[in-house]
Amino acid sequence: MTWRKYLVLAAIVVFSSIGDTLLSRGMRTMPGLDQIGLSTIPRLIAAVFNPWVIVGIIFLLIFMAAYLTALSWADLTYVLPATAVGYFMMAMLARFFLHEQMSYWRWGGVGLIMAAVGIVANGPELTRHHKDHAAGQQPSTPLSKVSQEVRS
Amino acid sequence: MNTLYVWLGIAVIVLGSAAGDCLLAYAMKRIGHLGELRRARGTLHVVGRVLTSPAFLLGIVCMAVAFFSTLFALRFGDLSLVGPASASLTVIADSIFAKLFLREHVDRRRWAAAILVVGGVIMLAH
Repeated sequence: MTWRKYLVLAAIVVFSSIGDTLLSRGMRTMPGLDQIGLSTIPRLIAAVFNPWVIVGIIFLLIFMAAYLTALSWADLTYVLPATAVGYFMMAMLARFFLHEQMSYWRWGGVGLIMAAVGIVANGPELTRHHKDHAAGQQPSTPLSKVSQEVRS
Repeated sequence: MNTLYVWLGIAVIVLGSAAGDCLLAYAMKRIGHLGELRRARGTLHVVGRVLTSPAFLLGIVCMAVAFFSTLFALRFGDLSLVGPASASLTVIADSIFAKLFLREHVDRRRWAAAILVVGGVIMLAH
């Protein structure tokens, strides 16, 4: 793992948790969204122009770019636990930015997630297709067989 | 009846999210290392390759299905149930899908990490 790759994983954590928090902050200030009905649609469209929501969407777009970049060189089962620290960051933002309460249960949950991050971060980021990559071939998976059948 | 709708919604969220994650991972592995590709061919080329990938587009559709299922489930159930239940079950479904469809080697270390994340998410919901 190079420092660039750690930077991409950090970007996933930071931009997803801050983006979600900004969306939550923006949606709480939108009136008339307590019940779902036909009138909800124009109100949801209006919510897109809320400054908090706009900045939240920009953050989530950057998160998506970082997430796709990580998936291009690491396993899905590596990226998901390694970036689960985002749950911790979201809890911190909810506590200090949205002024929500943090119980002992939540601190315990944060501890478990941090342990999971520690366990998976010490392992290899890519475990499959080593032979395929070494031979310069596309990886062979059940999904690739389906796509080959669709093309033919 | 509401309970049935909630769990139906959670099931669609989990399946949509896991299928979306797998399709995105598959699309990115086929395209190759995005950082190296960007340095070699430029950002526009990378954006074009990603946006024209059928697996990527299908993955986004699956994620959209999961998103609207979240709205559906929240219409009938509490966020304190829908949020942690869907997030923790998605972690497990992702591991199973990655092993089955992406042929990833999900060893004991990764299973342990997935189970710890599930436990952590459930505790965060308290």
